[in-house]
Amino acid sequence: MALFSLARSHKAARVLPGFNITLGFTLTYLSLIVLIPLSALIFKTFTLTWDQFVEAVTGPRVMASYRLTFGASLIAALVNVVFGLLVAWVLVRYDFFGKKVVDALVDLPFALPTAVAGISLTALLAGNGWVGQYLEPMGIQLAFNPNGVVIALIFIGLPFVVRTVQPVLEDAEKELEEAATCLGATRWQTFTRVIFPSIAPALLTGFAMAFARAIGEYGSVIFIAGNMPMVSEITPLIIIGKLEQYDYAGATAVAVVMLVISFILLLVINALQAWQRRHTGAPA
Amino acid sequence: MSATMNPSQRRAQAGTTEPAWVRYSLIGLAITFMFFFLVLPLAAVFTEALRKGLEAYWVALQEPDAWSAIRLTFITALIAVPLNLVFGIAAAWAIAKYEFTGKAFLTTLVDLPFSVSPVVAGLIYVLMFGAQGWFGPWLQEHDIKIVFAVPGIVLATVFVTFPFIARELIPLMQAQGNDEEQAAIVLGATGWQTFWYVTLPNIMWGLIYGVILCNARAMGEFGAVSVVSGHIRGQTNTMPLHVEILYNEYQSVAAFAVASLLALLALVTLAIKSTVEWRHARELKVAADLPPENPHA
Repeated sequence: MALFSLARSHKAARVLPGFNITLGFTLTYLSLIVLIPLSALIFKTFTLTWDQFVEAVTGPRVMASYRLTFGASLIAALVNVVFGLLVAWVLVRYDFFGKKVVDALVDLPFALPTAVAGISLTALLAGNGWVGQYLEPMGIQLAFNPNGVVIALIFIGLPFVVRTVQPVLEDAEKELEEAATCLGATRWQTFTRVIFPSIAPALLTGFAMAFARAIGEYGSVIFIAGNMPMVSEITPLIIIGKLEQYDYAGATAVAVVMLVISFILLLVINALQAWQRRHTGAPA
Repeated sequence: MSATMNPSQRRAQAGTTEPAWVRYSLIGLAITFMFFFLVLPLAAVFTEALRKGLEAYWVALQEPDAWSAIRLTFITALIAVPLNLVFGIAAAWAIAKYEFTGKAFLTTLVDLPFSVSPVVAGLIYVLMFGAQGWFGPWLQEHDIKIVFAVPGIVLATVFVTFPFIARELIPLMQAQGNDEEQAAIVLGATGWQTFWYVTLPNIMWGLIYGVILCNARAMGEFGAVSVVSGHIRGQTNTMPLHVEILYNEYQSVAAFAVASLLALLALVTLAIKSTVEWRHARELKVAADLPPENPHA
């Protein structure tokens, strides 16, 4: 408890009641639901020797899954940066028919269960699907291979970029752009030298969030990936596979690797958000 | 902004917007992207569900296994959402209303479940309560089932939806500050009255917003629940898990029929969310348009 002692210098703290009970409840609930179960993961890992751990997390199938998971997440997050910025820009700067509907639809990937997204993307892109039937004669296969993984992760990550960039674009000061125009800048120069630098931190935050979400994603991917070992098997599926063979220690080892990566990404996102707040001078 | 401008103002802003052909190409490109990635998948769910007509659709939904999946999904959400609601309010009160050491760290910990893969989230409960887990032997002795049973599904769902409401409320309550609450306390209100009559009305929008997003995730969670469920038909299958089973059995119409209910849930969620946002924006605008000497007229 000493870790969370109240800073006595603050007057507000003395007036409002409920600090002890709300913080106490928060810490208890956090410990029971999140911290103690997560520590089980760490403790379970210690039942492995170092060599066993290394073997579990660097097997050829596992290494192939890291390459796919990180590669596909990176590509998907980059696509999301480009199209997320485009959608945010169009929604903030232009007026067009149906704009409110488009704005609401952006959050669909947050609201649609991942399994539903997975089967419907598969139905669309399979050889007999609405989209797949036109692509297959051209030799383009987007389902049941790594391409499918990328498509599913683009779907999942889109709102992160749009929703972090949108408020920053809304708050951007038009005066700066007017000044740039008056000083003789072309519209493109104004965009690259004035607008882009001001939204870059938000764009980077959105990228990191979409990437972090993509790394851990399971539901939407497994339907469309085809799940071939060494080719289209994502890391979360490796964990499931090991669990189904009752290899709890092996599953735990791979899970710890993923957990450490999520921790690092979480810290990076926090740092990016702090940077963004300093950059814009207002709470982001 | 631009919606309230008249044409002459618009012309005056010519230096800060793009030529018409650029505007229309960008709008067209954005809408095309949204169409292929968001609209088509949504439409595909309903067309696939109705592929063999309404009759087959209804039959698929009347399966007893489908019903028990629907029931379990609702039970899970009914437990997980209120728990995280209470937690969200408590955490937001502690974090937003007071200054204490370790606050930034605590806020990061609250966010933690968002960045943990759902599969890992399920795994940690198996390690705690599974047959070989920490409490496994004790639970077996007392004949209590948590993993591969309903309690495990609820726990995993609580974990993945843990930050939703707290995340929404913390920045909102921080932005509103403590002034109104302090005034209420000084005027003699109890802590509970202060919360009920002062804080709650102020955070209502954020609360609704957080609750519906939390609920959507709770009903739609797949990965975490899949690890702890055990996939016992009619007993431990939630709607998303039932969709998976039907899909893997090539019962496409039935799978998409159940999926269409989840897609409807998503649409309702989006509709409520947008309504909340529009109303809130309108309230802010009305408040901003009032003369400053009479802000609450």
